[in-house]
Order: sequence, then structure tokens, then C-alpha cells
Amino acid sequence: MNKALLYIAIIAFTIVAPFLFPAYNTQLATLWLMIIVALSWDMTGGQMGYNSLGNIFFYGTGMYVAAVVTIGLVYNVGEYTAASGGGIYEWTPTQYYTGLALSLIAAGLFCSLCAIIIGYLTFGLRGPYFAIGTLGVAIAAGELVSNWDWVGGGQGISMPSPPGDFENFKFLIYFLYAATGVALFMFCKWLYSTRFGAAINAIRDDEEKAEAMGIHTLRYKLVAWAMSAFFVGVAGAISAFQLIHFEPLETAYQTINLGIFMVVCVLLGGKGTLWGPVIGAIMFHVFKELTWNYFLGWQWVALGALIVVVVVYFQDGLMGWLATKKPEWFGETIEEKPVEAAQ
Amino acid sequence: MSSIIELNGVSKSFGGVKANADISMKVEKGGITGLIGPNGSGKTTLFNSIVGYHPIDKGSIKFEGQEISKMLVPEIARLGLLRTFQTTRIYGAMNCVQNMLISLPHRKMSLMDALKRNTREDYERAEHLLEFVGLYEKRNLRSGSLSFGQQKLLEFAMALMNEPTVLLLDEPTAGINPTLINGLIDRLKRANSEFGITLLIIEHNMRVIMNMADTVYCLAHGEMLASGKPEDIQDDPRVIDAYLGAH
Amino acid sequence: MDQILFNLQLLLEYPIVNLKIIIDGVMIGALFALSAYGLALVWGVMNVKNLAQGDFVIAGGYVSWTLAQWGINPLFGVPAAFALMWVLGWVIYKLLITRVIERDLFTSLLATFGLAIMMAQIMNLMFGSDTQSVNLELPTLYFADGLIDIPMAKLIGVCMAAALATAVILFMKKSRMGQAIRATAQDARAARVLGIDTEKVYAFTFSLNAAICGAAGAIIVMVWVIQPFYGITYSVRAFVIVTAAGLGNLPGVIAAGLGIGAAEQYGSHIFGIGYQQAIAVLLLLLVLAYRLSQQKRNRQVLK
Repeated sequence: MNKALLYIAIIAFTIVAPFLFPAYNTQLATLWLMIIVALSWDMTGGQMGYNSLGNIFFYGTGMYVAAVVTIGLVYNVGEYTAASGGGIYEWTPTQYYTGLALSLIAAGLFCSLCAIIIGYLTFGLRGPYFAIGTLGVAIAAGELVSNWDWVGGGQGISMPSPPGDFENFKFLIYFLYAATGVALFMFCKWLYSTRFGAAINAIRDDEEKAEAMGIHTLRYKLVAWAMSAFFVGVAGAISAFQLIHFEPLETAYQTINLGIFMVVCVLLGGKGTLWGPVIGAIMFHVFKELTWNYFLGWQWVALGALIVVVVVYFQDGLMGWLATKKPEWFGETIEEKPVEAAQ
Repeated sequence: MSSIIELNGVSKSFGGVKANADISMKVEKGGITGLIGPNGSGKTTLFNSIVGYHPIDKGSIKFEGQEISKMLVPEIARLGLLRTFQTTRIYGAMNCVQNMLISLPHRKMSLMDALKRNTREDYERAEHLLEFVGLYEKRNLRSGSLSFGQQKLLEFAMALMNEPTVLLLDEPTAGINPTLINGLIDRLKRANSEFGITLLIIEHNMRVIMNMADTVYCLAHGEMLASGKPEDIQDDPRVIDAYLGAH
Repeated sequence: MDQILFNLQLLLEYPIVNLKIIIDGVMIGALFALSAYGLALVWGVMNVKNLAQGDFVIAGGYVSWTLAQWGINPLFGVPAAFALMWVLGWVIYKLLITRVIERDLFTSLLATFGLAIMMAQIMNLMFGSDTQSVNLELPTLYFADGLIDIPMAKLIGVCMAAALATAVILFMKKSRMGQAIRATAQDARAARVLGIDTEKVYAFTFSLNAAICGAAGAIIVMVWVIQPFYGITYSVRAFVIVTAAGLGNLPGVIAAGLGIGAAEQYGSHIFGIGYQQAIAVLLLLLVLAYRLSQQKRNRQVLK
């Protein structure tokens, strides 16, 4: 009963928040973006034990898919990028919103497909090789796209401007992120309660044993990564519309920016738990927004230091810390959610 | 009875050391087959060749008529050939029931089945099997907190939950309190007769094997020394020599 | 596409160009091999996969560059970078690495990734994001009607790299510390039982690695350019080499280093200089894929 109330309160807050604090609309939207990437990173990183450093690949790919779909529906993409802002390219509201809707779906599906292809090549890799291999994929993708003139090369690519009032558009973006985030949370909650959830936990804890028991380890790993990639891809597509102009290395395939934030969020909140990534994302985002401007150019150094400190001293995150300090708080969940108690 | 696993002329060497030389053996369907031998005789190497841990140099290994000597560990496991580990491997952070539920036969499941929650029957089966091995009272404990012998029993229960066609046991009684061994032997026999699981047991302990197996193979120095009924093997002077260390 | 075909055609029509590319690649590869050897050392001895490897290289380069700004001959920059990076390596070991040795591999990987971000950003704040290099003002040698040009600086760089490598190898073979390091790499527990102070060995190994990287960076700044954010590419290259060669295989590391240097030069010649970073990373994926297929034949996975 208490739980239901909690969920209703959160949903209600999610809906009214942008109206209560219209000035913080963009920050709230970014917070949801962090929650989405953190939750989807945790699907493979925390729950399955496959720590990808390259999930940002799906974010960037989602952005480019969105651009290609939206532009390609109406114009020739090559001509559009060659003109680079010159020439007259207009979208009617119908064209724009059709492009938006199709982009989200296409970005998600395409990223899932990429995850299956890359995963097929990299899931034979364990532990550190997987982390480095995926990092390699993300870096290589950024470099290749910045040499690919058809999508604008290193200059990046511009999305059409949103039709209508820009303030309303901000609300639209916020609710797109929020809806994706809520959907992802529900999806994770369901997924971790299934046999599949238990199986990916088994892969994390002892993959050799899981293989010996006949679990379809490769298939499950691919499916889990494809699910995770779907949501990151959708988030990337929304970001493409939000940012309007983006370029490959600094925005789309931002390996050390968002690419590492998502890992830090999960570690802060607690790996392999349902709420950990959400709480971690909130902690990280609030910390970042409050302190970022006071570092006077040293914020990136501080970020590196934060990663080091979190990894070395606080790796179990808030949830892990609570679980050791207050095991009785988690006693109840063991009966209710057998899978999650595996932490 | 027909044979379910067939090894023909299997050889495997590590560097210059011949761990297995020209080994042939058969595991009868529905039976209990024992593989014995003194330390260093190549039992574990042969076991690892069957389950797919390393490539073999020569020969063929067939499971239900299918060549498996080139397949990978997970592929072989999915055929229904299940192994246990000599050093017990269970999911220590989970409780016993969760360990059992993870052991559901995923190889028989489609992805859609896997994306369902565990049913009432799954829980009942898990608890029934835990009762079978005598761990029912401890079912909600963290399995990592169990004693070594109990963990071994849990691993055995997990293996039964997995509904294998053949169960390969690597020294099931090693490190177990001798007073518990008889109980384990009894359960293994029941698993064979009640659940119809073919067993291939690697054992160092002669007494255990002689009490259970229908057919026994004896390895020494990487070669097949003798095979036959337990009572014949027990009286075979070559086997006695090998065990007493007369080289 | 036409450009790529043209470049390929050029290689076929003028075989001498191949020679030039290979010489260039081998020279650069020698420097890659140095930092890769450091990585193999740290990886093998304390099982830490150091993602800040490339940033040590770049930091060493900036040491030499700073000295050159003060009017000191850049050749002295190499020993200076070696010494300074030794100290920095020791400090980093005491502050960070010693706390991640016994932990799982992802911890060390992520912690050193954090370190890499920190180092790159600090260098960015200190030296700015422009590319920098040091000019030795030495002549260039020409061969084959001027088609092959070898700057003296590169030649000196390669010789210094070779001298450093030889010194390190002799040290590892002959000295007490070298023996202790090799013993620890084989079995740290046994080494401890036999009275080797493994903590000291670890600290020494990590400092030595940082110093080797620093010296490599000081050579690189003489023959190439450095930039605060180039570090990750060097780390990736070091990983490519070690993954391809395996641990504790010094001839393999050198061969792989030279090979990767040459492969990268060919790649950037054929596809254009813009692809250089991408080629370094794609080589990693190729090597990983190759190693995987190799392991699959052994019915094993890469872990």
C-alpha cells in the first residue's frame, strides 16, 4: 500500500514538476536523460556483470538515426548536409512530428540491431576486454562519423527547428524523456522479476556455471544489451531534437562526458539494484548542477577525481551501503522480489 | 540398453605429457557408469574433454550419436549433458530457493518462456527437490553460509532441477564428511532410478563407486587399464597394483 | 573513394613509397612498443589494466616540451621525463593504485580511466589544447632520389628507444629487483612467502612503467606532436599491442608494436590522415576478434 502511494506521488511529481519550476525545465529534462542512461547501463553492467564503457555509442547512433530519418523523410540528406545551413529547407508541422515519432522508434530499433551485431563480436570477451572493446567501438564510431561527409562530418548536422512556440517545445522534450524514463523503469522492474532477470544475474555471478547449466548465455546477453541499447537510442533521438544542432565528437559520441557519467551514476546509487541508478542519477545531477560553476574550469578534473573516489571507496553505492547498514530494510524485499535480493 | 556417450580413441596431451592416450569407453543409457583411477591418471582431463573445456588431439566423442568433440561448453551443456564442479559452484549470494530457480532447464525454454516469472509449480518443484536432498529447512538461507557438504548437496539438487539427460559428477564425495557419504550415495542411486538420469561419476574413492556403478572404467597413467562389472574390477590385480602404487 | 583508389595505385606504382611507409611505421611503432611493454609489466605483475598509460606518455612529452621552452636541449628532456614521471608514478601508486590491486579488474580499469580524465584535463589547463612539438633543428637524410626522407631526429629517437628497451630488459634479467618483479608476476603469494616485499615491488613496477612511458613521450614530442587529449589513443595502442602479443612476451610486444606502427601508417596513407585515430581503435577490434577466434578453436573465451 505504502509502495503504491510512493509510486503515485512520484508520477504526480513528474507530471507537475515542469509546471511548478518552468525555469528548470531543461535541467529536469537532463535529469531524466541521466536516469535513462544510468538504468539502461545497469541492465548489462549491474545486473549482468558486463561493464560496457561504450554505451554512449547507442546514444550517438540514436542521434544520427533521428537526424537521418527526420531529414531523409523530406529531403536528400547528402544535399542537405552539403548545403550546411545554406539553401531553404522547411518542415511543415506534420512532417516534423511524423519525423519525430518515426525517429524515436527507428533510433531504438537500429540501436538494438547494432547491439546485437556488436555484441555478437564482443560478448566472447569477458571482463576488462569487454570494457575496452566497447570503449573502442564508441571511440571508433565517433572518429568514423566525423569523417563521413554524408552526415555532415566533423561539422555535425542540424535538425529542423521545432514548429510553434519554443517554450511549449521544451515541455514536449521534458515529457518525452520522462515518459521514456518511466517506461524504462517499469520495464526493468518487470524484467528483473522474470526468469530472464535471474539468468542474467547468474551470468554476472558465475558465467561458467551458468553455461554449464545450459543457460543460453550468448542469447541472453545479446537480448539484454539490445534492450538496454533500445532505450539509450531513444534517449539519443530525443536529445537530437532537443539540441537541434550536434556534432560527432563532443556531443554525439561524447565518450568521456555522458559516456562515463552513466557509469558514475550507477556506481553512486548502487550497482545491480532497481532504485540505485535512479537515485545515483539524481545525486550526480544535483551535485553536478550545484557545483559545476564553482570549479572555475577545473570541473573536469573534479569529475575525474570523483570517478576515482567513487570507484575506490564507494563502489557499492548508496544502496549497497544501506544494505550493509540496514539489512532489515531489505529483508522485506527478499520475500517479495526474489531476483533483486541477489545483490 | 544403448550407449548414450561413446568415446573412441580419445587422446590428449599437454606439451609433452600424454594425459589421455587412445581412450575408448561407453556410457549406457539409464545406467550408472563409474570412472576411477589414482591421482594423476587422467580422469579430470578426460572429463574436461567430454564437457568441452579443451580441444582433443585425436579421436571422437559422441553424445546420442552426435559428435561433440568440437563443440563449445555451452553448446554441449544445452544438449542435456550437465556437469558438477569438483570445487562446488553455487550462487553464494542467493538463497537456496533462488539457486534452484536459476537451475530451471533454460535449454528447453524459448525466449518468451524465459521472459515469464517463475510459476507456482517451479517453486513447488524447487522445494520438493530441496527436501529430497535434505535442505528444506535451510531453503531461505543464503547459500554461501551453508557448510561445504550442504553446498554440495545443493549443487546436486540444482543439477536435478535442470532435468539433464546425463549428469557428470566430478568427485561428488570429495571433501564430504564420511557420515554423509552413504546418504549421498543413496540419493544418487534414487536420482538414477526415480528420475531416470544417466550418471557418469568420476571418483577417487573406490568404495563409493563399487556400491553404485553398473560398469566401471579404470584409468592409470592416461591409459584405459580395465573395464567391466564392479566386482571384476575390484579383483583385477592390475587395478589393485595401480591403486597401491606398484608401478 | 577516388582518393583511396588513387592512394592504393600510388603504392603499387612506386614500391619505394611502401618502404618509406614501413620505415616511418617501424620508427613510430618502436615508441608504441615501449609504452606497451610498460603496460604488460603492470598488467602482468599486479594485474592492473592501466587506462592512463597514454596520459603518462603525453605527460612525459610535456616535461620535455617545458624544458625546451626554458632553452634546455630536448635530448636532456628524455632522462628528465624519465625521472619526473618515476616520481609521479610513485605518487600515483601510493595514492590510488595500491588501493585497487586486490580488487576486481573493472575497478582498476575504471579507476585508471578516472585518472586518465584527470591527467588529460590538468594538462589541458596547464598547457592549453594546442598541439605542441619540439624542434631539434637537425638535418634530414634523403635516400632514393629524395623519395625517402628520414629526419635525424627520428633516427635519434629510435636509437634512444632501443637503448631504453635494452636497459630495461637487462635490468629485468640481471638485477635483484628485476628478479623480484618477475617472481611476483609469476606468483605473488609465493613471492611473499619467500620474503619478497611485494608492496615494494608493485610500487617499483608502477613507477618504472610511468618512467618508461614518460621517456617514450619525451621522444615522441621530438618527432611528432602531442596534445593533452591524445593520451587515450596511446592507451588504446598499448592495449592493442599487449592483447596481440600476450603478457610476458617481450619479443612479441616489440614485433606487435612495430607491426601496428606500420599498419597505422598504411591506413592513414590509404584512407587519409583524418582516420588515424579511428584506425588505431579499429586495429584493437581486429586484434580482439582475431584472439577470440583463436580462443574459440581452443574452446575457450578471452578473459
